[in-house]
Amino acid sequence: MLSVFGVKAHRALSCLLAMAFSVAPAFAGEARIAVAANFKSTLDELEAAFEAQSGHDVIVTSGSTGKLYAQIVNGAPFDVFLAADQARPMRLEAEGAAVVGSRFTYAVGRLALWDPDGVAVGPERLSRGDDRRLAMANPDLAPYGAAARQVIAALNLSDATRDKLVFGENIGQTFAFIRTRNAELGFVALSQVLAAPAARRGAYWAPPQDMYDPIRQDAVLLARGAENDAARAFVAFLNSDDAASVIERHGYGTE
Amino acid sequence: MTPPDFSALWLTFRLAFLVTVILLVIGTPLAWWLANTRTRLKPAVEAIVALPLVLPPTVLGFYLLILFNPNSGLGGFWLSVTGDTLGFSFAGLVIASVIYSLPFAVQPLQAAFESVGKNLMEAAASLRAAPLDAFFTVAAPLSARGFLTAAVLSFAHTLGEFGVVLMVGGAIPGETRVVSIAIYEHVETLRYGEAHALSLILLAFSFVVLMVVYVFNRRHRVHVH
Repeated sequence: MLSVFGVKAHRALSCLLAMAFSVAPAFAGEARIAVAANFKSTLDELEAAFEAQSGHDVIVTSGSTGKLYAQIVNGAPFDVFLAADQARPMRLEAEGAAVVGSRFTYAVGRLALWDPDGVAVGPERLSRGDDRRLAMANPDLAPYGAAARQVIAALNLSDATRDKLVFGENIGQTFAFIRTRNAELGFVALSQVLAAPAARRGAYWAPPQDMYDPIRQDAVLLARGAENDAARAFVAFLNSDDAASVIERHGYGTE
Repeated sequence: MTPPDFSALWLTFRLAFLVTVILLVIGTPLAWWLANTRTRLKPAVEAIVALPLVLPPTVLGFYLLILFNPNSGLGGFWLSVTGDTLGFSFAGLVIASVIYSLPFAVQPLQAAFESVGKNLMEAAASLRAAPLDAFFTVAAPLSARGFLTAAVLSFAHTLGEFGVVLMVGGAIPGETRVVSIAIYEHVETLRYGEAHALSLILLAFSFVVLMVVYVFNRRHRVHVH
């Protein structure tokens, strides 16, 4: 088959193959990170800082926490897991899929009630009830959805809003519902609102923390990454003050 | 099975039935036109009809999301006429599913109509059958296989629809939370028992339905050609 293309093509092909399977130099490692979708854009910035500082290479896969959890349990090749909750990392620890004691809270998510066309948004907007649709993440699937439900309950508006609710499968989809104006108003992550340029943010209200349980997002070193220097270095970096300032700038709290 | 899961099943069957009826009504003239037209536009129309076969449901869902919003032409028109939005509504799912399953209705019908052949229709016309009469007395009975395949495939494909509904549905119980969404939620929240129950129903139903089509096709193949 190769003879058809002649010697040159053969050489080019072996060269390509060599490149494809080449191993990185020993000092620079590689860490595969699974990250909850809501934290992806923040991680992009952290990744750049970490790679510049350490020389290690980071490969990021983002998805919903539940899906990533299922993939990890079924042998997905990830070294570090940045979840959107505490439950899944805890489970992985208990199931032996993560390094015991490596779990810590890297970010505390904050909720925002957002209207991209609004001038001012507050709890009274919900009680007034003239919005047709109120979007939130599915409370059974997404921590931000569960938090939104708590805020609505704290405002005694569960019955008043029931018929207006539409549910995004995750917080990213919920954001899209509102961003495309299919819902006029909705609960999203503060980090998503802040990611937009200031002029296009519209109006938002960040409910006080005492209205909902803190959305603690835990990271854990997975069993596969236990001996991986790059993965360990990344976890240490994520826990550093440098990382914390980036994370806070993106609309999260840190502990 | 829990009441919400029953409601999801019932909703899905209602959706699939309605979509199948609509697809047969609009798919038949479209397929007939495609089977008989000599216009140079035919390949373009065929390509448009086939698009949902190759486009990822996310692309379709994304465009529909933009099309359905009340500030757009279609979304605004619908809102002013019905007082309800297209996004997150049963009506929106019906429209999305009709588009999504269109090739599954049109292609089998078009193939069936093409195999009827011009000669038979001309013979019918020479016996003074009006075109519509000729269609119902000659072409339609000869295309029974095509109608069955189109109906079954439209129904089954709508039954299994997931990506588009996920994008434009909003998972409202009794309104847009179809079986595939319910299964997805069960898997995500590790309720595998419930996921198994619903999945098994879909699997068994889809198998039986497809087998009926194949059995029917085998029996009638000789008869049609």
